[in-house]
Amino acid sequence: MTDQLIIHGLDWTLKDGFVYPNEFIYWSIQIVMYPYMTGLVAGAFVLSSLYHVFGQKDLQGIARFSLVFSMALLPTAMLPLMFHLQHPFRGINVMFTPHFTSAIAAFGIVFSTYAMIVLSEVWFVYRRYFVEQTIALRSQPGFGNQAKRLLYNVLTLGAFDVSEPALAIDKKGVKILAAIGIPVACFLHGYAGFIFGSVKANALWMSPLMPVIFIMSAVVSGIALCMLTYIIIMEYKKLQATLAKGRGDESVKELGGVEMDVITKTSRYLLSFLVAAISLELLDLIFRGYTAMKSWDILRSVMFHDDFINIFILQYGCGNLIPFILLLIPRPSIKRMLLALVLVLFGVFMMRWNVVIGGQAFSLSFEGFMHYKMPIIPHSLETYKEGLFGALTVASAPFLIFWGINKIVPSLQKI
Amino acid sequence: MKNHAWRPFLVAGGAVALLLTVRANVVPSDFGVNGKNFTYGFYRKGAIAYWKAVKVKYRGREYCQDCHEDKEKAIMASPHQIIQCENCHGPAIDHPDNPPKLTIDRSRGLCLRCHALLPYPGTNRGSIPGIDPDEHNPKQACVDCHNPHHPNLEDMK
Amino acid sequence: MNPSRRKFVKTALGGGLAATLPLSALKMLSPAEAHASIGDDKVRWAFVVDTEKCVGCGLCVKACKLENEVPYDAPVTRTWVERYVITKDGKSHIDTPNGGRDGFTSPKIRDEVIPADEITQAFFVPKLCNQCSNPACVQVCPVGATFQTNDGVVLVDRSWCIGCGYCIMACPYGVRFFHPVYKTAEKCTFCYHRISKGLKTACVQACPFGARQIGNLKDPADPVTKIIMTQRVAVLKSEYGTKPQVYYIGFDERVR
Repeated sequence: MTDQLIIHGLDWTLKDGFVYPNEFIYWSIQIVMYPYMTGLVAGAFVLSSLYHVFGQKDLQGIARFSLVFSMALLPTAMLPLMFHLQHPFRGINVMFTPHFTSAIAAFGIVFSTYAMIVLSEVWFVYRRYFVEQTIALRSQPGFGNQAKRLLYNVLTLGAFDVSEPALAIDKKGVKILAAIGIPVACFLHGYAGFIFGSVKANALWMSPLMPVIFIMSAVVSGIALCMLTYIIIMEYKKLQATLAKGRGDESVKELGGVEMDVITKTSRYLLSFLVAAISLELLDLIFRGYTAMKSWDILRSVMFHDDFINIFILQYGCGNLIPFILLLIPRPSIKRMLLALVLVLFGVFMMRWNVVIGGQAFSLSFEGFMHYKMPIIPHSLETYKEGLFGALTVASAPFLIFWGINKIVPSLQKI
Repeated sequence: MKNHAWRPFLVAGGAVALLLTVRANVVPSDFGVNGKNFTYGFYRKGAIAYWKAVKVKYRGREYCQDCHEDKEKAIMASPHQIIQCENCHGPAIDHPDNPPKLTIDRSRGLCLRCHALLPYPGTNRGSIPGIDPDEHNPKQACVDCHNPHHPNLEDMK
Repeated sequence: MNPSRRKFVKTALGGGLAATLPLSALKMLSPAEAHASIGDDKVRWAFVVDTEKCVGCGLCVKACKLENEVPYDAPVTRTWVERYVITKDGKSHIDTPNGGRDGFTSPKIRDEVIPADEITQAFFVPKLCNQCSNPACVQVCPVGATFQTNDGVVLVDRSWCIGCGYCIMACPYGVRFFHPVYKTAEKCTFCYHRISKGLKTACVQACPFGARQIGNLKDPADPVTKIIMTQRVAVLKSEYGTKPQVYYIGFDERVR
């Protein structure tokens, strides 16, 4: 009988000690991916806004790219939820009958608002480009070109005025939206933190610091991902230039110079947010140990025994300390930066993992433990969705979407 | 204001209007604050009717005794009077219409729920006559010797 | 028609309708039953568990699963029974094999033999949804698919639940799970289909020892109300502020 029935969580939960019968790891890898992807969206947007709002000239090179990348990440923040929901087609109910005492319901509204802001900002940035494309494509025959022209025509929303005052309005629009966008992005991700921090039943999650910690680590991961993708793209361009013109060519050197300049400047912001994130996380940990409430016994045994490697070696050690040192060492190189960025991204992922999975590693009875065995080879829809391959699908989606979007709104060329 | 800057807002407004239109047609009309407050009472009223309409399966001794008066009398004269008929005979549902015949649980496991000896002093469980299932005629059905309707040892089959 | 009058008419009509339905069974409803069928404010369902009486037979779990169509062999259950064995070294040994569905037939706890002369005390604790006055699970539902009825029972709307699992996470008592067939959040309903017809819950009826009782907290003559008023009772995990409405006699601080 149980063979046909799918007990959500049974496939990947190992129980140890006294655990209530209904307890399983209900929130698994997709719920790790969810705040991770949301964090990347928020972080990428904040990075672009630093340029648009605060006029951080040093971020000019990466600002437009990170804005478009943030747009590519938008749908993938919803994707893990769709994978996770037992009734994905009812997901829209969150918008139909939002129950505002729930952090998830508010999240639906905030997320949509945020999506509209990002889309509008992209529109303001690219409106002139859309108009130019529409006009340029008029003279080009062929079905593909005409379809493209139609698309650009729709994208202009009928606003063809590219005079100086009109473009000034666009600039102003970008600035205002970017300014509104920062608090909304922080709010968005603060909410992701609130979803966990407000669960009073969970001793590990319940903390007023949780939303702030989530925002900080979100910005860290967003910046890191933008830098990483930027490096990869610039390296690719360099490679192309080298193949075309030879290693010693002036354009290759120029590209390398621009890349290094953008990366070193952005890494300063990364460092400061990293420091904030680590301090808050350590504060949370120290506070729990010092106050030693009823739950501390079980939390301590999870942190210092079962999850020691995950928390202290992988998250704090590899994910925070090593990249921190790598970023601080003078005379940065692209290779070292690349390593530091990958480690930072991994560290933030481990932080999400340790919060989501770690929060379910102990029973509500405080007398037993649950171990998460992530399904690797899927043998059913459930084990695909909530397993390694489901997570990889989610992780690769933004790059595919970015590739598609970039064909319409080129974020890496000067326009 | 004649300004192209409002166009994305119009698109956004259109999206919201679309959502609200779909919402008005999809969300059941009895959805709303039906309880004491929004926090705990925001729901579809029809859901209560759904739960009230669940089929009652355990009908209780009163339902059984109408037809099985003799059995009821027998068990009510025994220490097993505290046990409901359906705990062993299975839920009556609409018996005798559906199901026409109940499946009686004659397993050892059923008796052992109470009569497996657990060494817990001063508890109700400790005071129930109990056996060690591994020692006391293992593998044999309890009902081969004991009559559950006359469980007294003097009435053994 | 002003709103309060409209409400009155609605209630009267609804109540009249509900009161006439069982008339077909040639049975008059007592006032309490009539109220129960409307689900109005004169009823607040509450539960009393007497841990002194429970022997761990698990007939309640069996009855619950069959009555409420929770797949019998699935390792999830709306109600369960826990066994606590305290040894001389002060350690608690706790288990609930299969939720106690088949009772406790072995003195072993998770394959560990506990010598009889080491045991200082042992007891059984039935668990079920606490139908909290401030249900944390309802507060967090993003779509309004779970709610508290006016008579205090927390229900799930199976046609609206999106299956996010937030309510399962929010319940400090671990009473919620996903129904293996419906794929929606599932929980004890205090057998709402039974209590609203004036019957006892399946678990209360199945218990041979009277360890479980259900009653109306707003009726001072109700045996359950009397127990709660006159005896020393306790609730589970009161520190969460959920105000549980399942009261335990013979409570112990070792109960989880």
